[in-house]
Amino acid sequence: MFLSVLDVISRWAIPMLLFLVPLWGIIKKVPVYEAFVEGAEEGFGVGIKIIPFLVGMLVSISVFRASGALDVVSHACEPLLVRLGAPAEVLPLAFMRPLSGNGVLGMATELMKTFGPDSFIGRLASTMQGSTDTTFYVLTVYFGSVGVSKYRYSVITGLVADISGLIASIYICNALFR
Amino acid sequence: MLNYIWLTLLLSGIVVAALNGNIEVVTQAALQSANDAVAICINLIGVMCLWLGIMRIGEKAGLIEALSRLVRPIMVRLFPSIPPDHAALGAIIMNLSANILGLGSAATPFGLKAMQELQKLNGGRKEASEGMCTFLALNTSCITLIPATIIAVRVNFNSANPTEIVGATIFATSCSMIMAVLVDYLFRRANRRTI
Repeated sequence: MFLSVLDVISRWAIPMLLFLVPLWGIIKKVPVYEAFVEGAEEGFGVGIKIIPFLVGMLVSISVFRASGALDVVSHACEPLLVRLGAPAEVLPLAFMRPLSGNGVLGMATELMKTFGPDSFIGRLASTMQGSTDTTFYVLTVYFGSVGVSKYRYSVITGLVADISGLIASIYICNALFR
Repeated sequence: MLNYIWLTLLLSGIVVAALNGNIEVVTQAALQSANDAVAICINLIGVMCLWLGIMRIGEKAGLIEALSRLVRPIMVRLFPSIPPDHAALGAIIMNLSANILGLGSAATPFGLKAMQELQKLNGGRKEASEGMCTFLALNTSCITLIPATIIAVRVNFNSANPTEIVGATIFATSCSMIMAVLVDYLFRRANRRTI
């Protein structure tokens, strides 16, 4: 039931937006095509502007991950997180969460392939993957697009949110699925 | 802050690779991810154009304004530094709605539009404004009602119940959102006092 509702929403949301907004526009006598082109023009500049920011951030994150430094850090924190009720296998995923969206999705997929989606590890990995957004990617792209380079306290806020999301995931999965 | 995080990630990665005796990994990772970053940005352009175009129609038809009037009471509390009629609020709302529904491709263009409007209020400075920090706190921690990607992965691996994690995800994202709003509020208040 829920899955079919979900399916309907995810299949219809975008077509409906594309149908209703221009329709409403023409009813309100907006020159729809001209307005569309005028708005779309901005897209190009923004896409180009974030390139240097994203290159800088992705290079550093990718070196950190590929070199094995991520594994070293997550091993060091193992006792702490195991105490909270997380199996050691999901720890790299926890550390990857704020750094790389593709990385964390890859790890979650890998865990489900190995342990099965309905295992405790599979469910916890799924919950963690959806628990927050990729803080560093969002900050890099969003601030980069307007040329802001001093992020002030937003890095700390984002990381606190990530940690809260992870702890909450571990707690709720233990409560529901153990 | 960010300077140190960036440097730490990069340098510790190189040191660990050297200690592990596979320093060539660094070269490969650095070059590959630099390429990937550009590809991501280029791929974003088309989707950006599409949604910014649609949004402009919505703006001119008064849709965005109607939407922002609807949630104004909450927004004014969260963003005291943004004038209640400002275009930034409309874009912020569109971004958060897209995030909540799990429409990733639409969320980013609306979000970047919001940042542009916020940057106008900020006078083009290189330092983040209060409004930007609050917006990104909400954005990165945003409640997700439909974690579409992970459900798709679970379906792929023949899960008996692919959506059973939705409740848990909503709980986890709510916790992180509450913490983000709280921490952001505390920072804002602390900064005010020092001025």
